[in-house]
Amino acid sequence: MNKMIKVGMADLNVCVSPDAITTLGLGSCVGIVLYDPGNKIAGLAHIMLPDSTKIINNENKAKFADTGIDVLIKRMIEIGANRNALIAKIAGGAQMFAFSNKSDMMRIGARNVEATKLKLDELRIEIKAEDTGANYGRTIEFYPETGELHIKSVGKERKII
Amino acid sequence: MVSHIDLNRINNMQYDVLREIGNIGAGNATTALSQMINSKIDMKVPNVALLEFKELPEIVGGAEKIVVGILFTLEGQIDGMMMFMMDMTSSRHLVKLLMGEMSTNNLDDFTEMELSALNEIGNIIAGAYLSSISTLTNMTITSSIPYMSIDMAGAILSVPAIEFGKIGDKALLIETQFKDDIKAVNGYFILIPTLESYGAILSSLGL
Repeated sequence: MNKMIKVGMADLNVCVSPDAITTLGLGSCVGIVLYDPGNKIAGLAHIMLPDSTKIINNENKAKFADTGIDVLIKRMIEIGANRNALIAKIAGGAQMFAFSNKSDMMRIGARNVEATKLKLDELRIEIKAEDTGANYGRTIEFYPETGELHIKSVGKERKII
Repeated sequence: MVSHIDLNRINNMQYDVLREIGNIGAGNATTALSQMINSKIDMKVPNVALLEFKELPEIVGGAEKIVVGILFTLEGQIDGMMMFMMDMTSSRHLVKLLMGEMSTNNLDDFTEMELSALNEIGNIIAGAYLSSISTLTNMTITSSIPYMSIDMAGAILSVPAIEFGKIGDKALLIETQFKDDIKAVNGYFILIPTLESYGAILSSLGL
């Protein structure tokens, strides 16, 4: 039996084909998948906030886009991934509630996506596909065997990117 | 003087007081709900829980469970968020009780009018919850309009979780489950004050 590895909120993990990796009910958080297609190794981080440097209590590295991606890469290299082969697929960053005021707190989904893209760009990791924004939650599953990211949302067809 | 509260060092007395806050707030809210639908609603003993983010969706039945979530942002002397969550069957049941013949039977979709009925239910019971806490603590609480989302519990709870993420790795919440006799209505009130507001609440009650 192939395993489906579960990643919780503010958490990250890695997996090797034929196993797959998933995170459930992404809202304003972003699910970041990094993938080494040659070795069929994947990592998934479920980040909640854009920037660890703006927060005093930042011990949990998996909570932030910037540090989460760094740790994820490290973990993947440890199990044999090739740093230079990595590509990314991202999903999430929704605005779950139609807040009327436009404060930073309300735009958190969009800011998480922006920070994720900025960090990946700095690291020269190409984003091959994304399904971000809008106003609905997403459950994502990544299959390192095929490189497919499956996205399930309430009342919508399963999307594969 | 506002007492400082350390999330990892909450003592038993503080827990008891917060549980009592939940008791009074949810007690008032369930009474309001009972009157509205003219049927008896019971509440469980409130649960004051310090949870890791990944445990958060478990309190309402898992990250992928589809729920109606009505969120209020709170301002004034207590700020933070208040959330009212119900599963789809309960929401449908409530809408039916309120609208009678005018409601549809569609289990996974609501009409505009049904959605505004749900919003109004949220408004009334959150109002009852908050006003009793305001009276108890003698603090003003101003609540936003209701914001509704029908989606996976994990996605909805990510919004308050992120606010807590800014200050720590756990969320402290006061959660109360309510249900009626025939188990047709089952939902949760979740009060999530900011850390400062927890301190302010406890101070106002002399702790």
